[in-house]
Amino acid sequence: MGDLNLEQVSTQYMDVLKELGNIGAGNAMTALSQMLNCKVDMKVPQVELLEFKDVGAAMGGEEQVMVGVFLGVDGDITGSMLFLVEVEAAKHLINKMMPGMAQPGGELSEMECSAMQEIGNIITGAYLNSLAQITNLMIIPSPPALTVDMAAAILSVPAIEFGIYGDNILLIQSQFFDEVEIDGYFVLVPDIESYGKILSSLGISV
Amino acid sequence: MGEVIKVGMADLKTCLVPNTVTTLGLGSCVGVAIRDTQNKVGGLAHVMLPDSTAIKNSHLNVAKFADTGVAELVKQMEAMGAVRRRMVAKIAGGAMMFTMQSKSETMQVGARNVEAVKAKLKELSIPILAEDTGLNYGRTVIFDPETGEFKIKTAGKGDKII
Repeated sequence: MGDLNLEQVSTQYMDVLKELGNIGAGNAMTALSQMLNCKVDMKVPQVELLEFKDVGAAMGGEEQVMVGVFLGVDGDITGSMLFLVEVEAAKHLINKMMPGMAQPGGELSEMECSAMQEIGNIITGAYLNSLAQITNLMIIPSPPALTVDMAAAILSVPAIEFGIYGDNILLIQSQFFDEVEIDGYFVLVPDIESYGKILSSLGISV
Repeated sequence: MGEVIKVGMADLKTCLVPNTVTTLGLGSCVGVAIRDTQNKVGGLAHVMLPDSTAIKNSHLNVAKFADTGVAELVKQMEAMGAVRRRMVAKIAGGAMMFTMQSKSETMQVGARNVEAVKAKLKELSIPILAEDTGLNYGRTVIFDPETGEFKIKTAGKGDKII
């Protein structure tokens, strides 16, 4: 796929990724709902192709402190995936899973980080599972890594991978809520060799 | 008080006194601040990737890469009257945001960015007066070309001026 035209990647491929993103986010929310054993409603995910300079502003400012769960993807396709959520929303999710564990305000404790890592693992796992089913490709996620930092700093990781191919980043914002509204963001970045595999597995000729 | 000029990701801006120039939330990217110590013409580049020659892309955003971004910033500053031999630089960023078990190339991109910026500055004979690079957290930077102060703010890891 070395000769894959970058313009094609940014139009046709992005459309496919958008659709996969919609389905993936839906599955992730179902998994979340099952894990927390409560009803989780979700709005239709917003899928945006953003220029790098607008990325931070899209999630409440570049310096908005967020929790990022990042994992590598291996198997038939390779790449990485990021799930982002605001700190307070993360604490809410942690408390849902393990009532009374998370204290409001301040940074995440070690235990809270560990719990959030598990929540991130389940959410991203469900997302990737649906992608694997649709494309009939084997997708193996790596154990997740977690960080709490400024949104733009966390997003620099997938942005750099997108940066190899173009000047935009594909962001899937999925707003979900039980008692409180929670904004979660997914960023999926397959490597360039995986682009063709995903497209052809869906019957789209490159 | 002057204006605060904002530099986005993969972007660069020049800056004149009394203005300052900032970029928010540097992660694995590197912020390169340069100024002419005499006429105080300054600028800041926010570079994402080390090497433009490794990428086959005709529509290059020069600000995206360490090599072309630093060169372009110097060129724009020279057009505003700055002189290369009077220029000095300070750099920040290049963090490894996530600690993964597999040390893939992607995870090392911060360190490679820092290396590439240093190599380009050396090639242009611009000395680096100070740096705050590496580690595992994000940084917001504000550069004042009047004093040369490079202020670094973090989320919970303290602030400093280099």
